[in-house]
Amino acid sequence: MNSEALAQLSNVAVASAAIALALGCVAYLAEWAFAREVTTPREPMHVGAVPSATPSTAASRAANGASRSDRLAGIGLSLTVLGAALLAAGVLARGLAAGRAPWGNMYEFAVTGALVVCLVYLVLVARAGIGWLGSVVTGFCVSVLGLSILVYVPAGPVVPALNSYWLVVHVAAAVLAGGAFVVGAGASAAFLVKERAERRSPGSGQRGVLGRLPATEAMDRLAYRVHAFAFPVWTFAALIAGPIWAQAAWGRYWGWDPKEVWAFITFVVYAGYLHARATAGWRGKGAAVLALVGFATFLFNFVGVNLFVGGLHSYAF
Amino acid sequence: MRTALLLLLALALGAIPGSLVPQRGVDSLAVARFRSEHADLTPWLDRLDLFSVYSSPWFAAIYLLLMVSLAGCIVPRTAAYARALRARPPRTPSRLDRLPAHVTYETDASPDAVLGSAAQLLGQRRFRVDRDPDAVRAEKGYLREAGNLLFHVSLFGVLVGVAVGSLWGYRGSVIVVEGQGFSNTLTQYDEFRAGPLAGADSLPPFSLALSTMTASFQPPGTEQAGQPKLFEATGTVVPSPGEDPVDFAMRVNEPLTVDGTSLFLVGSGYAPVVTVRDGAGDVTSSGPVPFLPADASYVSQGVVKAPDAEPEQLGFEGFFLPWASTNAEGLPVSVFPEAVQPALSLFVWTGDLGLDGGEPQSVYALDKDQLSVVQGDDGESLRLLLSEGDTARLPDGLGSIRFDGVREFARLQVASSPLSWLPLGSLVLALAGLLGSLYIRPRRTWVRARRDDGRTVVEVAGLDRVAGGDLAADLDDFVARLRERGDPSQ
Ligand code: HEM
Repeated sequence: MNSEALAQLSNVAVASAAIALALGCVAYLAEWAFAREVTTPREPMHVGAVPSATPSTAASRAANGASRSDRLAGIGLSLTVLGAALLAAGVLARGLAAGRAPWGNMYEFAVTGALVVCLVYLVLVARAGIGWLGSVVTGFCVSVLGLSILVYVPAGPVVPALNSYWLVVHVAAAVLAGGAFVVGAGASAAFLVKERAERRSPGSGQRGVLGRLPATEAMDRLAYRVHAFAFPVWTFAALIAGPIWAQAAWGRYWGWDPKEVWAFITFVVYAGYLHARATAGWRGKGAAVLALVGFATFLFNFVGVNLFVGGLHSYAF
Repeated sequence: MRTALLLLLALALGAIPGSLVPQRGVDSLAVARFRSEHADLTPWLDRLDLFSVYSSPWFAAIYLLLMVSLAGCIVPRTAAYARALRARPPRTPSRLDRLPAHVTYETDASPDAVLGSAAQLLGQRRFRVDRDPDAVRAEKGYLREAGNLLFHVSLFGVLVGVAVGSLWGYRGSVIVVEGQGFSNTLTQYDEFRAGPLAGADSLPPFSLALSTMTASFQPPGTEQAGQPKLFEATGTVVPSPGEDPVDFAMRVNEPLTVDGTSLFLVGSGYAPVVTVRDGAGDVTSSGPVPFLPADASYVSQGVVKAPDAEPEQLGFEGFFLPWASTNAEGLPVSVFPEAVQPALSLFVWTGDLGLDGGEPQSVYALDKDQLSVVQGDDGESLRLLLSEGDTARLPDGLGSIRFDGVREFARLQVASSPLSWLPLGSLVLALAGLLGSLYIRPRRTWVRARRDDGRTVVEVAGLDRVAGGDLAADLDDFVARLRERGDPSQ
């Protein structure tokens, strides 16, 4: 296959992935919509899944809602797997078409980023049962893929400044950390929502949509684990690989270029998050808020700095 | 911890303005532009050092406070850690069944045999093990705290390294035209910044001669037409006077290192070769004149000055177009960055160039205070459009200008940053420490065995000092191994 056909294939695969993920998102949202009818905690429903005597209509409606929710969650997950596979094909084809690592500009960074978010999510669904984050993750990926059209460029070689082994490492690590930051932010946001609801009316966390989320402590722990993975990767990407490459390309390790400034800010805020978890009065809620602030600085670096601020990195992605 | 957290947040907040306001150390041209565009704001920004945030006293105050707080944290923790390192695993609690993970079983093996196997198994799992008459106590994960300390101590290494680099380092940039050279002395630089201790008047005395500068671009007709493809500069370098010249080839991302100083190819551009004759027909200026690329299409801006011209000094200002064409309005534009069909589009000025005033002047701009623009026959400003080889005669016997040809120039960044491995090496150590502090889980395990009614009752319990591990499953696995060993009948 020649590179034009591969580039074409990549575009088709990415577009199909966006559709699959959008449908997956709809399925996950429907999961929550049906969960509204569920008034009792979810786990006991499973234990008594086969109603013995004449069940009250409310209970059977709840049972229906729960099993329908489970089915929808399954559909959402399948569509996410499909979307991730299509994205992987799209990224691979793009790399082959361009003859280089497929993260040389903002469009490619967005598509690769969406793929990594999906992969981090799927790995954690298998290992930590985070299916409940599906709507947030797929919704995020669909938005990123949709917005990536605005910065689309045809496949081709990169400018010489980006033609470096360290750039490949630097960006790969940044994308990986970013993918984990998305999942971590989703968990922290869900934690904040449920924590607030439970504080306002105890017991509300057992019902409806919130009932489909794990206990707040479990979400807090998950958020910590994801951030404890992402933070060292980010440290490596932003403060080690990035400077090494900057030294080779521009003759200085660190120059307080806007992109570097914001990478530093992200690092410091997430270090604050790790501290907050060990600081009385900041555990839980304060830490979760800091995780979201950290994520906002990460997003601003990718979107805001490219579009509004500029600097040496701006031509890159 | 609260202080550290608040200082970290202050550091993050303090770093923001430097990304929104142009910084002197990053882009001094942008600072100048910003200052003239926001004249009302600049006094305030100056007062807050917002054009040089990262070297400002208030920013330094934040990170120095952070470092003080860090030292105040590390010192007692290191002392406590040194004590903990010598400490033995804590005594066995009397009620093991109150611990978060706990298993009891019975076996025929003797208590001694069970405890012996337990001590051995725990040793294999890298626990530090102590044996009491009726119990084994064990602890592991001491390195978590070491990792945390290493991480925080390394941050000092980063700070020291950065400080040394900025006190003793220097950085400059210079434009070298093909066929010309550069020797490493202060006067040769277009732009130079050095730390107070850099010894800028005794730079390493190397010199280089640039033979070719090649910039090639994706060809027209392809989807990425005009995108840069390759930048390469070649020539010879003389490491110090009297030595033999050595060939070099420099590319983007592939710097050249001479005598501890690194040279980076950071840009390229065109230097049209022009010859200016004055009214008397004498050559008053000739040679390549670098024009600075104004955008990605390499339309470049520059000036040619002829201060010796008679009867009046001459100045030319305008654009170099690598592949000239005209747009719909009939104005000259460039369609491609490669110099395939080069042209110069110039306005002509006469009068006093202002070079005698002693004030240093940019070689890329005309000081037009005492100049007047030369007009054409139509009464409008005269616009010369010269292709390669063209000569234009100026009106009123002012002289002529000839566009002889084009050479390329390389923009080099010369940098010396002593001890630059220190911040980077410290960060690598910090990362290693961080991984330890995040992933090593301190854990305590106790095993007690006693004789009861002819059988041996074994109690095993574990305690994790940080959350997140799978304590219960690990303990079950340990007990299974222990039973295998201590109870061969099973
Ligand atoms: C540039 C400044 C700093 C950075 C980037 C930083 C970063 C970190 C990180 C990433 C951790 C997480 C390790 C973990 O979760 O176990 C941590 C933990 C910690 N930091 Fe810092 N820190 C800084 C300054 C300080 C200062 C000034 C103090 C003391 C006042 C401090 C005290 C601690 C303590 C006690 C922990 C351990 C918390 C725990 O037991 O989980 N740090 N720091």
